[in-house]
Amino acid sequence: MISQLSWKIGGQQGEGVESTDRIFSTALNRLGYYLYGYRHFSSRIKGGHTNNKIRISTKPIRAISDDLDILVAFDQESIDLNARELRKGGVIVADAKFNPTVPEDVEARLFAVPITKMAEELGTSLMKNMVASGASWALLGLPLEVFNKAVEEEFGRKGPAIVEKNIEAVKAGAEFVLEQAGGPLDDFKLDEADGKQKLFMIGNEAIGLGSIAAGCRLMSAYPITPASEIMEYLIKKLPKFGGTVVQTEDEIAAVTMAIGANYAGVRTMTASAGPGLSLMMEAIGLAGMTEQPLVIVNTQRGGPSTGLPTKQEQSDLNAMVYGTHGEIPKIVIAPSTIEDCFYDMIEAFNLSEEYQVPVIVMTDLQLSLGKQSCEPLDYSKVQISRGKLVKDSPALEGGELFKRYEFTEDGVSPRILPGEKGGIHHVTGVEHDEVGRPSENAMNRKLMMEKRLKKLNNLRIRDAIRVDAPNEKPDLLIIGMGSTGGTIDAARDMLKENGISSNHITVRQIHPFPAEQLKPHLENAGKVIVIENNATAQLAGQIKMNAGYADKIESLLKYDGNPFLPLEVYKACKELS
Amino acid sequence: MATFKEFRNNVKPNWCPGCGDFSIQAAIQRAAANVGLEPEQLAVISGIGCSGRISGYINAYGLHGIHGRALPIAQGVKLANRELTVIASGGDGDGFAIGMGHTVHAIRRNLNITYIVMDNQIYGLTKGQTSPRSAEGFKTKSTPEGSIESTLSPLEIAMSAGATFVAQSFSSDLKGLTSLIEQGIQHEGFSLINVFSPCVTFNKINTYDWFKENIVSLEQFPDYDPSDRVVAMNKIMETNGMLTGLIYQNKSRKSYEDMIPGFKPEALANQELSITQEQFDQLVAEFK
Ligand SMILES: Cc1ncc(C[n+]2csc(CCOP(=O)(O)OP(=O)(O)O)c2C)c(N)n1
Ligand code: SF4
Ligand SMILES: [Mg+2]
Repeated sequence: MISQLSWKIGGQQGEGVESTDRIFSTALNRLGYYLYGYRHFSSRIKGGHTNNKIRISTKPIRAISDDLDILVAFDQESIDLNARELRKGGVIVADAKFNPTVPEDVEARLFAVPITKMAEELGTSLMKNMVASGASWALLGLPLEVFNKAVEEEFGRKGPAIVEKNIEAVKAGAEFVLEQAGGPLDDFKLDEADGKQKLFMIGNEAIGLGSIAAGCRLMSAYPITPASEIMEYLIKKLPKFGGTVVQTEDEIAAVTMAIGANYAGVRTMTASAGPGLSLMMEAIGLAGMTEQPLVIVNTQRGGPSTGLPTKQEQSDLNAMVYGTHGEIPKIVIAPSTIEDCFYDMIEAFNLSEEYQVPVIVMTDLQLSLGKQSCEPLDYSKVQISRGKLVKDSPALEGGELFKRYEFTEDGVSPRILPGEKGGIHHVTGVEHDEVGRPSENAMNRKLMMEKRLKKLNNLRIRDAIRVDAPNEKPDLLIIGMGSTGGTIDAARDMLKENGISSNHITVRQIHPFPAEQLKPHLENAGKVIVIENNATAQLAGQIKMNAGYADKIESLLKYDGNPFLPLEVYKACKELS
Repeated sequence: MATFKEFRNNVKPNWCPGCGDFSIQAAIQRAAANVGLEPEQLAVISGIGCSGRISGYINAYGLHGIHGRALPIAQGVKLANRELTVIASGGDGDGFAIGMGHTVHAIRRNLNITYIVMDNQIYGLTKGQTSPRSAEGFKTKSTPEGSIESTLSPLEIAMSAGATFVAQSFSSDLKGLTSLIEQGIQHEGFSLINVFSPCVTFNKINTYDWFKENIVSLEQFPDYDPSDRVVAMNKIMETNGMLTGLIYQNKSRKSYEDMIPGFKPEALANQELSITQEQFDQLVAEFK
């Protein structure tokens, strides 16, 4: 019996790789396994190799594995490209149609199943993914009823006849391979899962769900990889709550529309990736200057320019921290788990209203699109706080205006919404006085700058840094952000086995930087390694600049478009310690 | 009920004496009072330019945003609170150069807002450069030899983008302009009102006198039918875009807000932020 296993399906884009993966993993989720998915795809829609990998475990996992146990291949290219990832004794299930061959240097068991032929015999070659997944499911010795239930849900809306056919296809694949293999493979038998109900979703869906829970009712956005799923999710759900999504003409419209809607009192967000974020910069300054709440999700992908639009990277950090001209208060938070994606959206909307500032939630492609198990989400934990929002202010006398930008101790002024009788004031991106009227008065300017900038002096977010520090004086402190946490933890297990003690910190509050919280950990560590998916060590730069300890800090960088693998992290850490 | 005086505030505009923008401000104030608004029910969202300052000179909710983006901001305000009357306003550079993309798409989207362009055929605030509305051959600081680009026709563009309300006016015609703004506010959808507003400081060609000579008022055509799209387009072309009055109105198309599935007639801003546990459970169910 084994506690974890990795499964991959590869083929041409548009060939059913996605749907096979979906059904396979839904069934595993029902059985209570922890899952972590990785989608490899190019920006082509049809054609071009694509593969989806799922790691299956009886314990929580948040990283892809270094190796692979089962590869399901629709074509020889899928074998040629992926077979070397297989562990010794791994399995390939391939379509007999293309006379699959295993590369000479790979030691794997090949099951050639007449996938296309069986599908065609049952009615249509479209069902070949069902034959293939049935075969690989059967090799694992997992209960077929659970799988069939997932098939039923996938095809239910197409009618019982289609469901029936697909279930037959699954059965055909399963029976064929079991006969070939002489029953389920003993060394692939997974321990039983804990059976606890988990959610299985991508980060972007958790972000969409979190937004609704946070009271977000409008989204204005322009499509872009890897952000579009947030928009697509909200397009489906917001109408049920009286809200809507506007697909705007560009990201400038998206962000300014969101500013207008927030100004008028609706929690509104936009989401984009690098190119769109660049277009939003001027408007982010407007929100900062006019103290409007605003939530932007930036799902990072490979830059610069169009860069690697469908690949992993974490290279927009500086753009988010420093972007926009002039100086404004701004919050950048980085969820690092699927659960964070949900809860951080609630935090983001609250912070944006409490501090009346733009909040950027930064994810990365792997966190946004990687499908993974999520612990049950607790709606009772959702608290909505609208900060100093004023209702029913007394009517204004003789031309008086509401002090929307009143100087206060904490810098945050009362906020009132258009429509309120006693609330008329002006809003302008020009420097202004307490009622919002343009002013070039030097004294006022100085006070207003200080007022805005001091708003974040006492900012405390939930887990500004997330600390896993079992060692008082670790050999190594590993620091990361975003989706890399699970990989780092997997590497730490290997380090521990090799006698190297390590602590792990995930930086979640990127800006303003939580230097004071980080310092004692930097102090106590023998060495520090910062792990990030970019070429210029942007997170390490923030740490050195804000917290110091520059001479202790090393970097492990990866910017080839792929997420880190545990082994890579392990090797770099071992070398350093 | 508020009178137009209640839409005045005590801010002294920093426009040059004689600038056409003064009358546009007055017309908005009168129109707002005439349609029965209270100051808090009106939001004026403006762009950047001499014209963009207008939101600060009207006693109402006002937001002076960034150059070229008055329309998306205004649409956001309207979506959040459809009970407000929303007027977007700005210069010809604001709406037809840097913000042209938004103008065309706001027209297509057809939210129930009114867009008043203060068209002086020049960039006033930046001290006299050419605008998309400048005539060919027009000499400015940025076109010392005369503009070699063709003049943009916002009315034709609006028509071809599917506008449901297209009007043009002249800032000296306070009465006509006020009436058009009232009609624009009352129109159920996006209304574009382009207003000739002479820049007395930097535009020495398109002066008050020049406009008086060149404008063709629709009043001259008693049989004109503003519901006919082809007639409207022809008239715009025939008069080389110098037509004033209500040029086109399509009363049958619903506004964007009215077409959004599930969108309520009440302001979204006043609706409950939280959902029920049951609704939450339903949302979560699809991930099991
Ligand atoms: C992004 C950006 N680019 C340039 C400017 C400088 N700018 C301010 S107003 C303006 C043009 C003004 O012309 P118009 O919109 O016709 O308004 P007017 O002053 O004529 O009323 C320019 C170029 C700016 N504020 N923002
Ligand atoms: S420069 Fe022209 S547009 Fe600007 S205020 Fe003076 S007259 Fe008006
Ligand atoms: Mg102008």
